[in-house]
Amino acid sequence: MDALTTRDLTKCFDRPAVNALNLTLHGGEIYALLGPNGAGKTTSLRMIVGLLRPDFGSISIFGIDALKAPVEAKRITAWLSDEPMIYDKLTPIEYLEFVASLWQVAPRTAQANADALIEWLGLRPHAQERCESFSKGMRQKVALAGALVHDPRLIILDEPLTGLDAGSARQVKDVLLQRARGGCTVLMTTHILEVAERLAERIGIIAQGRLIAEGSLDELRTRARGLCDDSSASLEDVFLELVAEGVEA
Amino acid sequence: MIAPASLLWFARHETRLAWRDIMTMLQGGRSRRGAWAAFAVVIISILLHLIAYVVVAPNIQILEHPDKATLVVTTGSAFLAWTLMLSQAIESVTRSFYARADLDLILSSPAPTSHLFIVRISAIAVTTTAMAIVLIGPFIDVAAMLGGAKFLWAYALLVAMGSSATAFGAAATVLLFWVAGPKRTRLLAQIFAAIIGAGFVIGIQAAAILSYGSLSRIQLFRSPKWIAAAPDLDSPIWWPALAATGDRGALLPVLGVALALLIMATLSTAKALAHNANTVASLSRRAVAKQNLPADFRRRSTAQALRRKEWMLLIRDPWLLSQSLMQLLYLLPPALLLWRNFSSESGHLILVPIIVMAAGQLAGGLAWLTISGEDAPDLIATAPVKAATILRAKIEAVMIAVALAIIPFAIGMAWASPLASVAMIIGAGFAAGAAVAVQFFFRAQARRSYFRRRHTSSRIATFAEAFTSISIAGAAALAAAGFWLALVPTTIAALIVLGARAAAPRTVHS
Repeated sequence: MDALTTRDLTKCFDRPAVNALNLTLHGGEIYALLGPNGAGKTTSLRMIVGLLRPDFGSISIFGIDALKAPVEAKRITAWLSDEPMIYDKLTPIEYLEFVASLWQVAPRTAQANADALIEWLGLRPHAQERCESFSKGMRQKVALAGALVHDPRLIILDEPLTGLDAGSARQVKDVLLQRARGGCTVLMTTHILEVAERLAERIGIIAQGRLIAEGSLDELRTRARGLCDDSSASLEDVFLELVAEGVEA
Repeated sequence: MIAPASLLWFARHETRLAWRDIMTMLQGGRSRRGAWAAFAVVIISILLHLIAYVVVAPNIQILEHPDKATLVVTTGSAFLAWTLMLSQAIESVTRSFYARADLDLILSSPAPTSHLFIVRISAIAVTTTAMAIVLIGPFIDVAAMLGGAKFLWAYALLVAMGSSATAFGAAATVLLFWVAGPKRTRLLAQIFAAIIGAGFVIGIQAAAILSYGSLSRIQLFRSPKWIAAAPDLDSPIWWPALAATGDRGALLPVLGVALALLIMATLSTAKALAHNANTVASLSRRAVAKQNLPADFRRRSTAQALRRKEWMLLIRDPWLLSQSLMQLLYLLPPALLLWRNFSSESGHLILVPIIVMAAGQLAGGLAWLTISGEDAPDLIATAPVKAATILRAKIEAVMIAVALAIIPFAIGMAWASPLASVAMIIGAGFAAGAAVAVQFFFRAQARRSYFRRRHTSSRIATFAEAFTSISIAGAAALAAAGFWLALVPTTIAALIVLGARAAAPRTVHS
């Protein structure tokens, strides 16, 4: 069963933000959605996690119709936005305890998961401190721990590494890889092409609300007109070429 | 051509931003609402003038030829208004160097920052005066209509009051910063402002209750003891009161001194404020606050988890807690009145509307915090919980907190008058419910630290919340007195809530 399927997903504000988006993610894969600013990446993710209602189309998460049964779909999904939203007056442990209660995780499992995440993300020395004194990187890690504490099957992240230092970025990447190895599916957007290149098994490129290319880096290289003979082309070259092609089309 | 970074340039910049803020506030983000906003302003203005007529008309003769008793009452009332203006000025001055907004940009530019603060202090004087004009202006207009144009000079007295309040506010804030340091000044200034703003009013009410068994400040000011102790009529202490009644001879020195104070305070504190703003900007992040409680992973329903979270966030934020509890401070005089008039039936009837209004105000503030002031809206919206469950839990968190504040009064009142107690409980419940409903209709994501400025996001919501509380308070008072007429203000309150729902902006599904 596919982890995520969207069919003709469409959302218009003043103009079409997402236009008939068709995505299919398989279980245990890491999928990176790339695109220029305003391409519709965040809008797509917000529709998938239930923060925005699409004008048209369908979303299926592990066979659950996310529009008809949103609570069931949310139970197995985690969302992490680019701006970590946590509670300043709670400690990381209290935050995780609150999130676990929202997802109705059994107390023993929640405590074990929280302890493991606090350890993996290097938050142990700050576990009893209120989040108000945390840097952006630490807040992002707390938010990520919150996203993972209920053992989601599908993790959706919007620019998860923005603003993180090299050490924190490495910790987050390691956690995502470890989750994917455990069978969890990851859908993420990023502007850091190197991250997509290293982490993602498949990459989707979106421009003006449309998915213009999709595949592994090699497949994308082959698709990029004018670069097909250049086997050493970086993802940046491929991305810029495909976006230019997509915009022209 | 205005030279960049000059005083005039900053004044133009600040005026443009302020004007756009005002228009957004009036229109609620919809340009089509401009006509409706203008219509509402006219209607409210007419209502305020009618209220002023009821107060001023019977006293116009006395105001034209004020005696000592009148001067005592006028001076006392003017001083009360001035303390509120001072409180507002202290808050505004403090905010001007703690709210970062565009400060980082300006402080990092080569522009002289003292210019910015000269303009901002002047702007605070203007807004403080403008607020007073909005509230007191109708009384001046009615006095001028009934007693002659000389009463219009009272507007100049308001300018003097706004200027002097701002001067003292700026000086007090700089002094506080110097004494308490940048980390503590914000909280201390807010507490200080609240004590000045509310403490004096409450103190006078408490004195009136203890002396006369009444909430009326006027009765206290009119007491023979106060009048006998007051200075003679030729004392300069009466100049502001005489200026309020149109005496130009008394007005000129008052206005002159006030403007001189403002100019002196502005010029002498602008540099200090700029320096303070720099100090605040370079403050390290907040001090680390540790919670040494062990992790408490236990099975809780989502509603329990949400309620617990709301209460923890409130209890751990001393500033928000003080702002919320501030509204309960106003319950102290009624509590004193209840204690003093325990055996008097009429004393209880006075308390019912006051407590019902306090319940509405408290619920409105708490509802804003839980609904609009949610710091992690995405987390809550993506949790596997029905939106209705989340909303119900948040409303319960508010209503339980309000109930805890009201129950002691209900018990005290039930002892003396069960009917009044029942009316008060039902009224408080309705007022709190209506305030929560209005906050829900006008919900808009905002940081919790914007709590004090929540009223500026929508004037319609502010008025709807206030007028429903007033209507339900009136209904509760009538019901406590056994009048079926209580149904009329109840219906008005229901119509206001329905009107608020119709006027509320449509929200995007989330």
